[in-house]
Amino acid sequence: MTDTKNAVMNKTMNFKGRVWIVGDNINTDLILPNKAFYLTHEEQALYVFSANRPGWAEQVKKGDILIGGSNFGMGSSRAAARSLKNLGLACLIAESLNGLFMRNCVNFAFPALECPGIHDAFTEGEAAEVEFDAAQVRNVTRGTALSGKPLPAPLMALVQAGGVYQLLEKEGLIAPKV
Amino acid sequence: MGMTIAEKILAAKSGRKTVVPGDVVTVDVDTVILFDNNFMPNNWREILKVADPSKIVVTFDHRVPAPTQQAAAAQVTGRAFVKQFGIKRFHDVGHNQGISHQLVADYGYALPGSVLLCSDSHTCSAGVFNCLARGVGGPDIVYAAIKGQTWFRCGETVRYELVGKLPEAVTAKDAFLQIAGVHGEHATMNVEYGGSGVAGLSINARKTLSAMSAELSAEFATFEADAALVEWISARNPAPFVPVTPDADAKYHAVRKVDLAALEPLVALPDSVVRNSHPVSKAVGTRIDQAYIGSCANGTQDDIELAARVVKGRRVAPGVRFIVTPASQTVYRDVVASGAVQVLLEAGAMIAPPTCGACGGGHMGVLGPNEVCLTSSTRNFKGRMGDPSSQVYMASPATVAASALTGVITDPREFLQ
Ligand code: SF4
Repeated sequence: MTDTKNAVMNKTMNFKGRVWIVGDNINTDLILPNKAFYLTHEEQALYVFSANRPGWAEQVKKGDILIGGSNFGMGSSRAAARSLKNLGLACLIAESLNGLFMRNCVNFAFPALECPGIHDAFTEGEAAEVEFDAAQVRNVTRGTALSGKPLPAPLMALVQAGGVYQLLEKEGLIAPKV
Repeated sequence: MGMTIAEKILAAKSGRKTVVPGDVVTVDVDTVILFDNNFMPNNWREILKVADPSKIVVTFDHRVPAPTQQAAAAQVTGRAFVKQFGIKRFHDVGHNQGISHQLVADYGYALPGSVLLCSDSHTCSAGVFNCLARGVGGPDIVYAAIKGQTWFRCGETVRYELVGKLPEAVTAKDAFLQIAGVHGEHATMNVEYGGSGVAGLSINARKTLSAMSAELSAEFATFEADAALVEWISARNPAPFVPVTPDADAKYHAVRKVDLAALEPLVALPDSVVRNSHPVSKAVGTRIDQAYIGSCANGTQDDIELAARVVKGRRVAPGVRFIVTPASQTVYRDVVASGAVQVLLEAGAMIAPPTCGACGGGHMGVLGPNEVCLTSSTRNFKGRMGDPSSQVYMASPATVAASALTGVITDPREFLQ
């Protein structure tokens, strides 16, 4: 994007939290199922993985970190990234991110990182420390570290600006949220 | 260094000489499509300015006619948006309505070399028209409508060289299932279709391949242009265009040959589209509750007429719901005129209005607990078409129609040889 001048640059995004682990090819129908479509964003978040991991959403605590496999978020363009954010997850680290899902992570300012090797570097329940800008991930429990792929600069600026709607609202191009 | 079709358009639209995989570029957008889901009360952010109303298309397709108050409210908001900005290309419930990706074909909205965006993942469907079309997020659409631009990350390209001619009762859906079954996902990459076999595929058949490419997680799916394509577009849109051909020395991640003549009817088993294709014989005999023909990938005139040929003079098996959904009102009129609808009705099919409907588990054919559906639509993910315990198999419209007649998954060649 050409005009991210309103972005709050250089805001560091560091996270520390307990990890949850899911596998490859997690699709958006699992994250935001059709039956939650008409609900509020907060209610939608409680349907994350309701088909494949019922009861999980209730166990997630604010600041937890989700680890995924390859092509995370494959499927539709629905605002599935928004649900992960609203669930309270601090960030997502996956072997690889689906291209469309990655767009929505940027759109909704949900920090998501590609980090090959991440899936096997953690066991569920261990603690992770993430330096998002530098794409560094540490397994605090084991004392090991991994390097991911930093988000390209213009996309990072969008995430730091709070996402697309935040940016457009600031520029007076969309109405404030009612 | 030479460029693929996708790289050439990315370069042209971002004002660069060349674009290589890994580049993130800002491009000008030629067409932005909004649909009912964008206007849903829990999604919509009111747009105060648009870059150019003539570049915007609005349709209602996912939930048409409105099955709920929220869907109806979305349409009210959509109509107000259209009115406020004087948008001419508006496909309200009625004469011109249809699934967005079908409308692009019906009205020639995607010109070769152009960039088209819609916040539906199967937008790559329009890549059949030798353009760059991508499904993006809802906020991306709002941004593009306002600023006339978007960003893309350029990926490597896999080229599929199609050769030969499909046998009777084998369709482009089977060709897709072959590719998806053998090669799996193409995340971060583009797919480019070409080769001497393309000429033998109708534009509708090619569109099945481009639309289904969303299931490969491809960034862009593109086809080369040929005389049939140029004729299709020119008959529907008077605007001038220049087809984009890949450079002879374009660099591909891989070039893979697909012999259409060697294909047989395939079926994807439930829960995954990729790496899940099998000869139909593997699933033959599986009992089904619902048979579905429709969606942006397989709701064309070709698909519905093929289904009619299979069921002509026969009856749908007791206990099976056979739902057929033309992808647009134009298609609907065409299949009424050709007599296909009459044949299907006499066989016992229900014809639904043009909508995404059952494809997305929204309405008009949602599955209940433990039900089994054979679909020609785009996705078979767990819970996609209804209850999480339901099972969705995927095959061509010919296989779906044959199975509707027998009540179990059936090889369509029994009915079409
Ligand atoms: S028909 Fe299905 S895949 Fe196509 S746009 Fe509608 S919901 Fe998406």
